[in-house]
Amino acid sequence: MAGDADEGLRGILIEQVDRLLADSAGPAVLRAAERGEWPETLWAEVEALGLPLALAPEAMGGAGLGWEDAVAVWQVLGRHGAPLPLAHGMAAAALLGLAGIEPPPAGFIALALPGEAVAWGRRAGHVAAVDEGGQVALHDGAGVEWRRAEGAISREPADRTAAFGTPLRTGRLPGAEAARNAGALLHAALIAGALEAALDMAVEYATVRKQFGRPIGAFQAVQQQLAVCASEAAAAAVAAAAAGRAADRRGLEDAGFEIGSAKVVAGEAAGTGGSIVHQVFAAIGFTDDHPLHLFTRRMWSWRDAAGAERVWARRIGEAALARGGDALWPDLTARNEGRGNA
Amino acid sequence: MPGLRFDLRDTPPEAPALRATLRAFLAEAGRDWSPRVRAYSWMGFDREFSREVGKRGWIGMTWPAAYGGGERTAMERYVVLEEMLAAGAPVSAHWIGDRQSGPLLLRLGTEEQRREFLPRIVAGELAFAIGLSEPDSGSDLASLRTKAERAPGGWRINGRKVWTTNAHRCDFMIALLRTSPSPDPKQKHQGLSQFLVDLRASGISIRPILDLAGEEGFNEITFDDVFVPDSLLVGQEGAGWKQATAELAFERAGPERYLSSLPLLTAALDDLRDEPAAPEAVGRLLARAGTLRQMSLAVAGMLQEGITPEREAALVKDAGNDFEQALPERLRDLLDPIRTPPAVQEMLADMTMVARSYSLRGGTREILRGIIARQLGLR
Repeated sequence: MAGDADEGLRGILIEQVDRLLADSAGPAVLRAAERGEWPETLWAEVEALGLPLALAPEAMGGAGLGWEDAVAVWQVLGRHGAPLPLAHGMAAAALLGLAGIEPPPAGFIALALPGEAVAWGRRAGHVAAVDEGGQVALHDGAGVEWRRAEGAISREPADRTAAFGTPLRTGRLPGAEAARNAGALLHAALIAGALEAALDMAVEYATVRKQFGRPIGAFQAVQQQLAVCASEAAAAAVAAAAAGRAADRRGLEDAGFEIGSAKVVAGEAAGTGGSIVHQVFAAIGFTDDHPLHLFTRRMWSWRDAAGAERVWARRIGEAALARGGDALWPDLTARNEGRGNA
Repeated sequence: MPGLRFDLRDTPPEAPALRATLRAFLAEAGRDWSPRVRAYSWMGFDREFSREVGKRGWIGMTWPAAYGGGERTAMERYVVLEEMLAAGAPVSAHWIGDRQSGPLLLRLGTEEQRREFLPRIVAGELAFAIGLSEPDSGSDLASLRTKAERAPGGWRINGRKVWTTNAHRCDFMIALLRTSPSPDPKQKHQGLSQFLVDLRASGISIRPILDLAGEEGFNEITFDDVFVPDSLLVGQEGAGWKQATAELAFERAGPERYLSSLPLLTAALDDLRDEPAAPEAVGRLLARAGTLRQMSLAVAGMLQEGITPEREAALVKDAGNDFEQALPERLRDLLDPIRTPPAVQEMLADMTMVARSYSLRGGTREILRGIIARQLGLR
């Protein structure tokens, strides 16, 4: 079971990441990333903080950070538009650790999930490739053949693997679901952060943009919409945090309900909240110049990554239907009681 | 989110044992509850049931033993609440007293008031009504006009309250009344005071109002020179608005604000097995239910710490209302009317009607979103 840092430590970590990204990231870096420019300096800085390996066990050079802590870090990352694939690298290191493979000590480890495009694949020093059965293979990035994955709304660089060489190491995850759960968890957390940033931008704009002689935020029609957006952002954040905690308590592979719920709620929030912030910004938010789309396009992409709402909802629903009506409520309440409820 | 806190909370270590006891009790008590009873759930009034709940120590669970309370934690109380709601239990006869009238007296009542009222609430013998809305004062609550004027030894009340749930079955009401005329409309929040009003006092007439489903749920109450002794003023004269607002945070904070229609999902789930669209729809509902539960637990945790989570409670109620109103609509899309058992059909029909009230009672959707917008700094 992964440990989780106490609230104080988590707070310090989040503040560090937030400050780093506030200083070194921003719209220009996000736009550069969309042109395929690897954020070299930024990566060096997160590596100096020990973040890429933080989720790996201490015995493997990591910090033994827990999933709930990771969610908090990823949410901050999302709030800055995730200018670098730190979340993917952290998840890859964690999965390698779970499979008993010591993650390489430096460089970006890309995460290749079955059927999914690999974020920043061709920039990776190493690749952790997971198959449907929970088999993990660590590859040298130089030996992997890539082809460009096109068409993502986010325009974040992504590749598909055309061919792998011989793996450096192989191992097995504790459950076949662990990897897809990690992918969903990280994207749910990123969405929660990006939506929070978009909401803050929209609220700020609503207080300065004037029409009919008043800030548009003074109109109830606008207030009511932003309240809905705030509610969706809060739900996405709570769902992601709860999913992280469930993964810490029961293991990644047994937290499918919470992680799936987080992905569903975050995905729905990205849809609803994204529409609202664009409505508030109106034409200016529809321009390339304005930074709003750097966040909203990413949210819309991330909701499709590692299983869209539809996919996760179906899994949750099928499990509940199989268990039947009488088990519905007992199952829901049992999830954070009993085993592992310290 | 600036200033909004939703810290994850666990249910207490006692929870599994407590749930087991409650589930056994509710299975027995609920054997004969009709689909309509379950559809009305926390709006339903059943004195006999409330007495049984009281006997088991599940009312006033967090209150001091001196007043008959159980001195348990707010989180244990939360477990009891959510079990009652998940079963669709008719809790209204003790619910209001347990949730808001009792806590109000604990915080602001006189020692005499606490000794007189709290032990009877705990026993499930004293049912409370909430005296807020008036014919011309709904969302604009502070514009209320029903007044209490000084009289020898107490006050005389004249005016009307309306939409008061189960008032015709209750014993007492905590009424928000105007005790000094507001000097100008901008200061309408001043000069309001709260009183304990005996609903059987002379001068009170209660007229039940049929709701759209055919139930006598709410009422109009006319006060014609109703005398209330000084000893039944609650808290401070003139501080009624502040007191009532804090009380509303309690009213909005509970799990009833997202669980009202869950009994329908439980009842209907097994009839959805052959419906191809069911897994996705059910999964989306459960994802929301689990998340709302975490948010609701976060609010309960704040209450436990003595924080009044006014804004968080407003957000959870609003989001919860959306969910519990959407649930019957989603199920209606999925259930084949020809093959669905009559009891499930009946509950669906009742909930389709009753669900309208979720986003009205305890603060309308628009008022709640206004509170969230204020938190965002927009007003």
